[in-house]
Amino acid sequence: MNLFFQNIVNGLTLGSIYGLVALGLTLVYGILHIPNFAHGALYMVGAFMSYFFMVDLGAHYWIAMLGSAAVVAVLAVLCERLVFHPLRHSPPIHDKIAAIGILLFLEAVVQMLWGADFRRMTTPFMGIMNFDGLIIPQQRALIIVGAIVLVIALQWFLRKTMTGATIVAMAQSREGAFLVGIDANRVAMMTFAISGILAAFAATLYAPINLVYPAMGHVVIMKAFVIIILGGMGSIPGAIVGGMIIGFAEAFGGFYISSSYKDIIAFGLLVAILSFRPQGLFAKGAH
Amino acid sequence: MLKFASLLTQPATKYALIVLALLFPLVASNEYQVYVMASAFIWAIAVYGLNIITGYCGQLNLAHGGFFALGAYTLGLLSADYGWSFWPAFAAALVMTAFIGLLVGVVSLRLKEHYFAIFTLCVGFIMYMLMDKWEELTHGPIGVRDIAAPHGFGLVDFTETTPFYYLVLAFLVFAMWFMGKLSRSLLGRTFMAIRNGDELAQSLGINLMRNKTMAFVLSTTYAGMAGALYAGMVRFIGPEDGNILHTFDMITYLLVGGIGTLSGPLVGTLGIVWLTQSLQFLEEYRMILFGPLLVILVIFFPRGIVGSFLGWLHRRAQSAALPAAKKKESRIQTGKGVENNA
Repeated sequence: MNLFFQNIVNGLTLGSIYGLVALGLTLVYGILHIPNFAHGALYMVGAFMSYFFMVDLGAHYWIAMLGSAAVVAVLAVLCERLVFHPLRHSPPIHDKIAAIGILLFLEAVVQMLWGADFRRMTTPFMGIMNFDGLIIPQQRALIIVGAIVLVIALQWFLRKTMTGATIVAMAQSREGAFLVGIDANRVAMMTFAISGILAAFAATLYAPINLVYPAMGHVVIMKAFVIIILGGMGSIPGAIVGGMIIGFAEAFGGFYISSSYKDIIAFGLLVAILSFRPQGLFAKGAH
Repeated sequence: MLKFASLLTQPATKYALIVLALLFPLVASNEYQVYVMASAFIWAIAVYGLNIITGYCGQLNLAHGGFFALGAYTLGLLSADYGWSFWPAFAAALVMTAFIGLLVGVVSLRLKEHYFAIFTLCVGFIMYMLMDKWEELTHGPIGVRDIAAPHGFGLVDFTETTPFYYLVLAFLVFAMWFMGKLSRSLLGRTFMAIRNGDELAQSLGINLMRNKTMAFVLSTTYAGMAGALYAGMVRFIGPEDGNILHTFDMITYLLVGGIGTLSGPLVGTLGIVWLTQSLQFLEEYRMILFGPLLVILVIFFPRGIVGSFLGWLHRRAQSAALPAAKKKESRIQTGKGVENNA
């Protein structure tokens, strides 16, 4: 029974991280209809920036997280301005190829600066909490709490602030948003910044129980894509629910089926689901 | 200038190029150059495959590198573990990639645009993971050694670099010839119609699913052929050959050369392979150049070298013809950005 709860904690942890990454991806898709393949690279840069602030500059974990979020937000906005904005009238295949170009570039730059080695990131939260035999590492608890706080903050921003409302409006209807005078450029930049911030937070939260290396974004971004397809591209609740589905499938599948194939589970799930429901689990004919 | 440029589109250029390719091993200063050229030809074959599904049919297939590796692994495992000789294993690799291509195609081609790209990305990743993790079958990270070289029926020794170069050249010429036939055939034009507009093509009575699947299977077979030749050349393969980065490499080659053109894949692949060869020190960091290059290309020259060249030629020819005779007859205008480049 104890192991079962352990797996629930693991599933929650993974689901939180995947959900955060998928949220950024789904926001960008909802507004601009770009599947941003470079999102995984932003996640990776987020981890490296936190590592840089903590190890090389000796900053505190929280400061490093905020610094990394700021850097990645600027980077994401730059991507939008320099790459996706000029391509807004191109055929959809061009966005995807350009995103791949950004991904390759960021990875190569990070590899040049830091090398391809695996690095360990230590935080002040490496202890464990023991609840009567149920062991929860502090960092995992932090991830779950952090994800909940971020999702609530995002919801508050989108629902209660004017800027957030413009993003929601644009996701609902581009033409409608233009009609009421919403500045599309501002919304696009804002959305990219938010997606970058979410990616940096997710990376900084997850890196301490994982490793930091230039290819760390690959698997995470692919799982995030699986999640937003499952949850319906552009849907915020879909990203969170999808994240949890994949997180739990992986935690339990990795434990009860096979740990070396656990990374395949998410993709196998996607293949199986899309074979029967090409429009995804929750989407209503959005494909 | 225009005269010289239009010479390049003449059929004679084709034969001149083949002669040049035949002479290459004689003028190459060392064997290594021949080896590099042979590997560039192999990549070019794979890029031609990508051109069918992505260039002509308009579906961005991100599992292409996976199918390349699938071809290599089929040949490698059959020859190293099951004692098959090269040519039967080669045929099996083609059948295998076509068959898996059919299975993947039937499922994935029901999805459109982004969904298709993401789905194939996942398929490519599953293939890579299986090569890495399924140790009983694929030897896992150790890779496959002792792969059979093509046997030359006592006439030629394909373990030597130069004969192998000619073998690959023959396959490349065949691949290009078939591609030329295809692009001028009804089937090829059907693919282009699908690229230019799914719904319009469907309303013309084109069976989308059947034609897309056809394009997909053709493209994976090309990838499998290239992969099998690759395994026969390097004689050692590992899971890294299935890395998604190879797919990205091939997309770069295709885009630089000119997506949806006949000679683009060759121009792009040879150009970039030799560029990286001359910038050896960059090997690990080549993406610092290629990444921005991809972005700049899709923004400013989405039609690549060949596409831009043909477009320029077309405009020059038109502006030269216009003042000469005011054409009264109606003319079919080629659509913006899509040249039907036969």
